[in-house]
Amino acid sequence: MLSINKTAKENHLTISLKGEVDASNSVELDEVIQEALDAKSKYILVDGNELEYISSAGLGVFMSYLEDFQENQITFIIYGLNEKVMNVFHILGLDQLITIKSTKEEAEKSLDEA
Amino acid sequence: MKHELKLYCEKSRLAELRQFISNTLVPTGLNDISQNQLILAVEEVCANLIIHSHDCDPHSFILLQINVNADNIIFEITDSGKAFNIIEYKSPEVNAVMKEKRKGGLGLILVRKIMDKIEFETNHSVNTCRLIKKIKSK
Repeated sequence: MLSINKTAKENHLTISLKGEVDASNSVELDEVIQEALDAKSKYILVDGNELEYISSAGLGVFMSYLEDFQENQITFIIYGLNEKVMNVFHILGLDQLITIKSTKEEAEKSLDEA
Repeated sequence: MKHELKLYCEKSRLAELRQFISNTLVPTGLNDISQNQLILAVEEVCANLIIHSHDCDPHSFILLQINVNADNIIFEITDSGKAFNIIEYKSPEVNAVMKEKRKGGLGLILVRKIMDKIEFETNHSVNTCRLIKKIKSK
C-alpha cells in the first residue's frame, strides 16, 4: 500500500510517501512528480519518514526525472529515509546523484541555501 | 527448511511475496537491512518475470522456493514463461539509466549487488533462476 500526500508551503512542494513503493504503484509516484514539474514547482521535497520500502520501480521514477530537474533548475531533496530504504539508495549509489538529507529541518535549511 | 509460494502473475501480489519472504527469514536472525535486501532482490526477479515473461497474466504463476541452510539461503524461482536469462542480461550503468530517463534497468543491478551467486537454467520449457546468499554459520 502506498499513499501520497502533497503539501504546498511557501515556495516549495512536499510530497509525503507513506507505505511501500513497488511495481504495482510506482506509476502513482510518477504522476505526482510529473504534476509538480507541470506546475513549475522550483523546490520539490520528498518526505520519506513513513516510507517503509522501495523497489527499483520507485527508484527508477526518481532517476528518470533527475535530468528534468537539472534542466529546469529545480531543487529536489529527499529526506527522512529509514535505514533500510537508505541502504537501497546506497547500494546503487543514488545517494551520490540525489540530494538526501536526514531530517526535514536539514532539507529546509539546504533550500534556504539553494 | 523449505518454504514454497505459488505466486500468480499480478503486480498487486508483490506485497504478498514480500510478506512470505519476510516470514521465512525471521529464524535466520539476519538484521533488518540484510533481510530487506534479500526481499528486494527476490522481488526484483519475480516482478521482472511477472511483467516481462508473463505480461501480468493473473492465470499464470511462478513458484518461489526458499531453502534456509546453515551457511546459505537459496531462493529458487521457477516458471514456464518466456525464458529470461538473467545471467546473459547485461545491466545498464546507473548513469545511463539517468541520462536516458529510463525507468527500468535498476532492478537487476540490485540483484547482482545483493546476491553472492546467480544461476539460471532452462529445462523442457521450465526456467529456473537460483539466487544464493551466503550467511554466517551460527
